[in-house]
Amino acid sequence: MSGVGIDAPGSTQLFIGNEAIARGALEAGIGLASAYPGTPSTEIMESLISVAKEKNFYAEWSINEKVALEVAAGASFAGIRAITSMKQNGVNVVFDFLANIVMSGIGAGLILVSCDDPSAISSSNEQDTRHIAKWLDIPLLEPGTFQEAKDMTKWAFDLAEELNSICMIRSVTRIAHARGNVTLGELPKKEQKAHFDSICPVVPTLPKFIPYPSAWLHSQLHAKLDKARELFESSPFNWYTGPEEAELLLITCGSCWLYSLEAVNALKLESKVGILKLGTIWPLPQKLIETHLGKSQKILMVEEIDPFLEGSIKELVADLPPDSPHPRFYGKHSGHINAYGELNPDMVIEAIAKIMGLAYQPRDPEYSKKAEEVPITYMPPRIMTFCPGCPHRAAFWAIKNALRLDGRDGFVTGDIGCYSMAIGPAGFFQERTMYCMGAGAGVANGLGKLGQFGFNQPVLAVCGDSTFFHATIPALINGIYNQSNFTLIILDNNATAMTGFQPHPGTGVTGMGETTRAVDMEALCHSLGVQVEVCDPFDLENTTATLLKALAQDGGPRVVIMRRECELVRARRDKKPLYKVHVDPDKCLGEACGCDRLCTRVFGCQGMVWDSESGKANIDETICTSCGVCADICPQGAIIREAV
Amino acid sequence: MKTLTKDPLNLIIAGVGGQGNVVISLLIGKAFIREGYFVTIGETYGASQRSGSVMSHLRISRETEYSPFIPSGRADIILGMEPVETLRILQQFGNSDVITIANSRLIHAAGMEYPSLDKIVEAIEGLSAKSWLINATDEAVKLGDPIFANMILIGALVGSGIFPIDSKSMELVLRESFPGEKLETNMVAFNKGMELVVQ
Repeated sequence: MSGVGIDAPGSTQLFIGNEAIARGALEAGIGLASAYPGTPSTEIMESLISVAKEKNFYAEWSINEKVALEVAAGASFAGIRAITSMKQNGVNVVFDFLANIVMSGIGAGLILVSCDDPSAISSSNEQDTRHIAKWLDIPLLEPGTFQEAKDMTKWAFDLAEELNSICMIRSVTRIAHARGNVTLGELPKKEQKAHFDSICPVVPTLPKFIPYPSAWLHSQLHAKLDKARELFESSPFNWYTGPEEAELLLITCGSCWLYSLEAVNALKLESKVGILKLGTIWPLPQKLIETHLGKSQKILMVEEIDPFLEGSIKELVADLPPDSPHPRFYGKHSGHINAYGELNPDMVIEAIAKIMGLAYQPRDPEYSKKAEEVPITYMPPRIMTFCPGCPHRAAFWAIKNALRLDGRDGFVTGDIGCYSMAIGPAGFFQERTMYCMGAGAGVANGLGKLGQFGFNQPVLAVCGDSTFFHATIPALINGIYNQSNFTLIILDNNATAMTGFQPHPGTGVTGMGETTRAVDMEALCHSLGVQVEVCDPFDLENTTATLLKALAQDGGPRVVIMRRECELVRARRDKKPLYKVHVDPDKCLGEACGCDRLCTRVFGCQGMVWDSESGKANIDETICTSCGVCADICPQGAIIREAV
Repeated sequence: MKTLTKDPLNLIIAGVGGQGNVVISLLIGKAFIREGYFVTIGETYGASQRSGSVMSHLRISRETEYSPFIPSGRADIILGMEPVETLRILQQFGNSDVITIANSRLIHAAGMEYPSLDKIVEAIEGLSAKSWLINATDEAVKLGDPIFANMILIGALVGSGIFPIDSKSMELVLRESFPGEKLETNMVAFNKGMELVVQ
């Protein structure tokens, strides 16, 4: 439904922040876009790639974020504007290249977008990317509205070219994935020509795209930041709203701008509280901030996630002459705003009310009392789980059983993907470590070398197919080289499923939909000299047996590929179920069985429900995808799987 | 054109991941954009999409842009796609004026026992100034796919008369959004929803 390519300047669309960023890139005339999917950033590239052919530019899903940025840099070096987008963890993956390219400068505009995930709603951490921009001396912008997400992205390319520096845009989940009004601008129509020219315009004998001589370039970089600061002083992305003299001044950025505005309105403090909204986050517009610091004796910093503005503005205040205003700061250090997790209007209302000594009542206390009296048992929590019909549920069922049968206290090290949910009941708590992409295999490498210390627990590392290509291959090769004792399980569902089924090097299709040579992961593993077994996780018996065989081996790593296409992808394509599945009420013994509701309580597929009236298991046909795996777990054979 | 009874109008769509929250909120949002409103939609994305509790917050205003979070206790209308999820939202965002339209068909939480539906409905009615409970899923299954429950609920929302969008405006958005044969069944579902609240 994305309409990012629509050629209707002046029309208003309802875009998510990610679409607005994509539209900004189109209006800036990009020639190349590259990304690795990651929530909440994915739709930037999804939107761009969906119009790439029509708009005559190149877009790709890259193998990982580092390669994605290098791909974009290649285009920039040849005079073609390029953008790369990623989630916050991805910025760690590109860090090495980023720390170097910032030293050299660029060709055409080059933009890195990081979508941070406050509260880690879809992440393993909630790191704040703004620090990386400050650390590496990279100019960084952060939109506070959907319109701004578009306008800022478009302008960022001009800025990057004017400064001769890569620039960053930081967005957060509630911009990236929220939706609002965006009025479109013109799409450029001009032809572009790529040519690589490495002559430095300042000193022709110096290389243009090499960070050398580093110390001199570092000083040049500081000059670029000074220039950026000067430009930011009058940027339309920074503004103030409120009285000339305020009892309290809020300084905010990003998603917190709208929370701040709503909080001030909800407390009816428009005539007493001012808001300075910043969009140019690094370097900070020093003079602008100094001017506004004089507006109030009290400053409340409202930002997600870390106290970045808070710390940076305090640094700035420390350098002011002694007779300058030194207001009192409230925020994360004072405990008025959380220094973790995402914020919302309620939290900002509470902070302001506390500072101003006001009471706030969002609704009638009688109603609140009635609402609070609703028994908690009326609202059972819904845990994170695999989709109905997900091959991972079957895979972890087999893993759990194989480890139990093996009996040596073996365990699973894992990483990032749908299968991360195996840290909880969805995967029967099998995944015991979960860090970053590829870390399951990396950690297994170390565990697999502890034999001399009496370590004899079998180690199973799991990764997904996309993760295998992204970051697991070096860990596998390391294990082969150093002969570490572990089994690598590749949960191959033929898609980057967690982020929306993007293709990857193993799928044989490019992001733009062209057929390409699929990288054969079995052949790749064979070429490394490791033993590879392939099984179908829906065949629980064979999968368990395959795992037991791998567990029984010693020496270097061996690979088990559990191959079964993501059910959502299959169902979308085939539009029919694999089987017909139902519970035979005569065979299901209910509570009398002794299995203690193995199907609904332990296997936990949402399609299986406990019918408290009949005291037996049942299948909710509106949820069940008829994968039929549950037929093999029922001790009574009461779940019937029939061919369709 | 109808006018907003309150500005901003705060609507929450509550459901279970996979029921189509995102589609509903986008269709409703588009109807308001067509009529020149400011619309902000906040969605639950990510891990909780996999059969977790999900909600979409819609803020509709003539005057300005609002944040994608409705403050606690400040919902005006709740469109519930599942009873327990409707109650969960009412408890946090409801108030003495809130109006609720909800699907009465339950979806079990994996591994949990579902509470008594009668008690859930009673609690929903007790926390709403006005409420409609309709079995949208059963009606949708009659149309061939439980997913049409979301179009039936949009129909109910428009048909209830509490919403500042009329059926003509909504129909225009549906025509834009669904190609060819898909449009027909979606229109049937939409009209069914309109009927269900009128009865």
